[in-house]
Amino acid sequence: MTPLDPTRPVLELQEVRKAYGPHLVLHSVDLVVPAHSVTVLIGASGSGKSTLLRCANLLEEVDDGAILLDGEEITDPETDQDAVRRRIGVVFQQYNLFPHMTVLENVTLAPRRVHRLSRSDAEARAGELLHRLGLGDRAGDYPDRLSGGQQQRVAIARALATDPRLLLLDEITAALDPELVGEVLAVVRDLKEQGMTMVVSTHEMDFAREVADQVCFLDAGTVLERGTPEQVLGDPQHERTRRFLHRVTGRGRFTAR
Amino acid sequence: MSATTAGGGMPGAGAADEPYRPSARRLAREAHRRRRARRAGLVAAASTAITGTALYLAVVESPGWPRFRETFLNADYARQALPRVLDGLWTNLQLMTVCGALILVLGLVLALLRTLRGPAFLPVRLLATAYVDFFLGLPMIICLLIMITGVPALRLTGVTTDPLLLGGAALVLTYSAYVSEVFRAGIQSVHPGQRAAARSLGLTHAQAMRYVVLPQAVRRVVPPLLNNLVSLQKDTGLVSIGGVIDAVYAAKIITAQTFNYTPYLVAALVFIALTVPLTRFTDWVTARTEGRRHQGGAV
Ligand SMILES: Nc1ncnc2c1ncn2[C@@H]1O[C@H](COP(=O)(O)OP(=O)(O)OP(=O)(O)O)[C@@H](O)[C@H]1O
Ligand SMILES: [Mg+2]
Repeated sequence: MTPLDPTRPVLELQEVRKAYGPHLVLHSVDLVVPAHSVTVLIGASGSGKSTLLRCANLLEEVDDGAILLDGEEITDPETDQDAVRRRIGVVFQQYNLFPHMTVLENVTLAPRRVHRLSRSDAEARAGELLHRLGLGDRAGDYPDRLSGGQQQRVAIARALATDPRLLLLDEITAALDPELVGEVLAVVRDLKEQGMTMVVSTHEMDFAREVADQVCFLDAGTVLERGTPEQVLGDPQHERTRRFLHRVTGRGRFTAR
Repeated sequence: MSATTAGGGMPGAGAADEPYRPSARRLAREAHRRRRARRAGLVAAASTAITGTALYLAVVESPGWPRFRETFLNADYARQALPRVLDGLWTNLQLMTVCGALILVLGLVLALLRTLRGPAFLPVRLLATAYVDFFLGLPMIICLLIMITGVPALRLTGVTTDPLLLGGAALVLTYSAYVSEVFRAGIQSVHPGQRAAARSLGLTHAQAMRYVVLPQAVRRVVPPLLNNLVSLQKDTGLVSIGGVIDAVYAAKIITAQTFNYTPYLVAALVFIALTVPLTRFTDWVTARTEGRRHQGGAV
């Protein structure tokens, strides 16, 4: 493997194109995600945020363009897809916890079966993670006994258990009651502080402004506007961005509070 | 119990000290339930008695009843047939156990082969699909006849002509097609998000199947699998057409000697006695699975 270059982006998308049948979902998307930075994707429903994240994790095949992880092209047909996914953690909107496993088993599955950690090592590490996410006492529970916020935190713990290079979070608070959103976002905030590289799609604009190093506004499959949160959320250049922000926040723009 | 913390304790702490006494409302409610249960019991008993009497009269008053009783319900022949039918039943039980195990394995393998993706597996997928289509459509009795009479007629060296083995093979061929469809439905019922989550963690297709999809799929299909087992248990009786001395054939031999059909009835009762516990067990498993899925409801 090539030596780690600190300036090299963790994830890079080059002119990525993806269509479902006649329906063009991603249209020449470029994206650069530097190490230890948080990229937030915003955009209307159906603008292609989830599709972009699924492509980055190779759950969908791109039609054209390239995706690079640590400088290596992962859309090359020769790449070992399982090896790529091992380096990327994903958290889904619907948690997708394994209902037949306890919280601890959910979190230790990949470390044990994929990374071949011993059971005791995997459990020790999972215990630590769960404790950090405030779930220390729920290790033996089955997912259906947990609240939505707790389930989503377990899903985050499961994604972190393999020490991923990159974390993809797809609208992880969209299925949660408003009072549970805070506890999950707090976890993301902590992760940012620890230097985790993340790509996050969200409809929570306040949160986007707080954690993002870079905000990308997706519109009809293209990145219409990108920049710091102050630029994109505070002073949008495009009419469509302004209209979107107006719709989701009820105000034209964010003023610095 | 001392009351030294009076006034300073937690609100409601005093109430927990007092022994719980059911309220008048609860007592009335329970009395009402008891009355209703008693009335329901009476209604059930009465309707059972009326139905039973009507059925009894309809049968006993039928013109052929004395003759029927003579040929089908002869106690002497029943006593004579029972031990031999039970001997034969041992064959059915062995067939059911051995075939049942083979059917489960083969059915699961067929279902898994059909989940394989990629062009390299196309022939495997096609073969598995063709196999299932063929044996789902082929009537059991024809499959048995072909195996028991057709295979020996080919005079293949090294291939058995034992009707017991060939009949068992026919059961395995047919039932593994049924069972593979049951497994396949179970696998498809697992939400695609589960597979996506497993693959995102770096698990391979095989690992995702083994640790995530199959455990959930198998749990869901236990009741229909048990139904197939009940039906297999009865169909083991069909191997008697090849001359295997099972419970049905044992009855047939006696009937042929005595021209009395009571042995068939004995065999029938023996099969029913065997399937009833299995069916009740299936009900119990189904109820338990259901109960776990929606827990804590009064409906
Ligand atoms: N498997 C699929 N087959 C066909 N069309 C699809 C598929 N998945 C997504 N799409 C389409 O692609 C478009 C983008 O979907 P995507 O899920 O990426 O949007 P999104 O930005 O995540 O929206 P939301 O905010 O509602 O989650 C939508 O129009 C959707 O209908
Ligand atoms: Mg989405």
